Amino acid sequence: METGSNSNSIVSIKGVAKAYQRGNQVVPVLEDISLEIERGEFLALMGPSGSGKSTLLNMIAGIDKVDSGSIIVSGVDITTLGESALADWRAAHVGFIFQFYNLIPVLTAFENVELPLMLTSLSRRERRDHVEAALSLVSLDDRLDHYPSQLSGGQQQRVAIARAVVSDPSILVADEPTGDLDRVSAGEILGLMGRLNSEFGKTIIMVTHDPRAAEKARTIRHLDKGVIVDVHP
Amino acid sequence: MYILKIIIRNTLRHRLRTGLTILGITIAILAFGLLRTIVGLWNVGVERSVATRLITRNAISLVFSLPISYLDRIRQISGVKGVSYGNWFGGIYIDEKYFFASEAIEPQSFLDLYPEFILPPEEKTAFIRDRKGCIVGRRLAARYGWKTGDLITLKGTIFPGQWEFVLRGIFTGAEKNTEERMLFFNWAYLNESLKKTTSRRADQAGFYMIGINRADDAAQVSQDVDRMFKNSLAETLTETEKAFQLGFASMTEAIMVAIQIVSYLVIVIIMAVVANTMAMTARERIGEYAIFKAMGFRGRHIAGMVFGESLLITMTGCLMGILLTFPVGSLFSGMLGDYFPVFEVKRSTLYLDITFALLVGCIAGIIPTLRAVRIRIADGLRRIG
Repeated sequence: METGSNSNSIVSIKGVAKAYQRGNQVVPVLEDISLEIERGEFLALMGPSGSGKSTLLNMIAGIDKVDSGSIIVSGVDITTLGESALADWRAAHVGFIFQFYNLIPVLTAFENVELPLMLTSLSRRERRDHVEAALSLVSLDDRLDHYPSQLSGGQQQRVAIARAVVSDPSILVADEPTGDLDRVSAGEILGLMGRLNSEFGKTIIMVTHDPRAAEKARTIRHLDKGVIVDVHP
Repeated sequence: MYILKIIIRNTLRHRLRTGLTILGITIAILAFGLLRTIVGLWNVGVERSVATRLITRNAISLVFSLPISYLDRIRQISGVKGVSYGNWFGGIYIDEKYFFASEAIEPQSFLDLYPEFILPPEEKTAFIRDRKGCIVGRRLAARYGWKTGDLITLKGTIFPGQWEFVLRGIFTGAEKNTEERMLFFNWAYLNESLKKTTSRRADQAGFYMIGINRADDAAQVSQDVDRMFKNSLAETLTETEKAFQLGFASMTEAIMVAIQIVSYLVIVIIMAVVANTMAMTARERIGEYAIFKAMGFRGRHIAGMVFGESLLITMTGCLMGILLTFPVGSLFSGMLGDYFPVFEVKRSTLYLDITFALLVGCIAGIIPTLRAVRIRIADGLRRIG
């Protein structure tokens, strides 16, 4: 469903609430969240454990449902989409970067990056060109045939970033992308994400605990107990 | 193709577990195939029966005989083409463990009625002419190294004494499943001996074999025969050869049912093993399935991966089991040759193997597939790390 929103906003969140059922108890996670994220933004969502930042990120990425409110991404209210439509939407608009890289262990770096393209109508040749370009962007064009187990943590995360950008999505969502990396590798990954944002204009929404990682973002938002409590320009 | 590549690689991911599961399926399919073959062989007598032959026996029991005087009266019944008669002899050669079937028959009419026993013309003539003559099947002759002209001595059990026969011919079966481990000798030899030793048992036939013109006449001719001897001292029971053979098969039906149950149990057990393997597999990979879904892959893609792996494992095991069934069947054939005329794995058994393997693969994959497809992405991703 196409819906109007602020012309410069790529993500428009209005009155979003979410609660989980634990036994007989209803635990609120997000309460009346409203947020505008501009196109080309590099946003860091920070907050203590259980503050709801990952839940919010999942909702923006269309992998979790809101209880109420709306999330409009690139003009589409994703809260109104059914499972199949949402799957298609994710494939076209969202690139995922996870804390634990989440590469498919039985596929090579090339095949992992190629994975999102399997859902497109690109030819084999076109897919190859896209994958090689993505892996070249993360400086892993010499590791095409390596399996994840043959790569370091930093290299795996770079493959994951290549996989996230290969289909040229509207937004990149990153959940603790440096959480499992040493300082040097974390620096490299953040540098790469910064490049994707500044050079390629990618909108990045990153959840992190790490203040050093958050410093790389242009905007930082703090969540606590399910509400946005602070804004750092 | 991409999904197929993932399925194959996933299957090879835990080689030991996959290997053991495939081995289990292989053994199960092998056992199932062999057990089904044994059950099928048990009924081979029924399968080779001819629709235009009837068997008449004493209505009380096969143990009791019928007067030989019935022969001419049966011949006169409309629809009857030919009649032969015989007695189960049950002789023992050397030792009880060398047991094989032996019958006293009237040579000319018997061979006319049973064209599936093929004898060279000169051997047939020699057999008909020699009252002490006998013929044996090719496999029986091969087993004991007999050749025509050899003297064979059987120890009578139903008809006591040492019975000597001269081998006049070696018959071969017209069909693959024709019995070739039998001995037939001249009924007249038995009868004349009985006249001398136990005359009250003479001139009695254990059963009549009736050839009819048309299979459709079987019921009418059977009724006519039995009606003819109703209220006599020896009433008859006439049935088709198939029904007669089924009567024998039914005596051991309980064993066959038990074997059949075991064969199905083997399949159920292996289904549980495969289901367990697939459940473990799906549980371990639930995070990966969540990643696939997050990237936009649909439930059908995930289902294809889980189901495909389950089917690949079971069908590989099935294929190996089927391939092994033939050499193991040959081994069984050598070991059980005395009990079964042929140990041949039927095509229908192979179809059953494949059907059950598909069934096992599908059923074992249902729950893991449902779990994988239904997993909420956020929940699946939480399980990683």
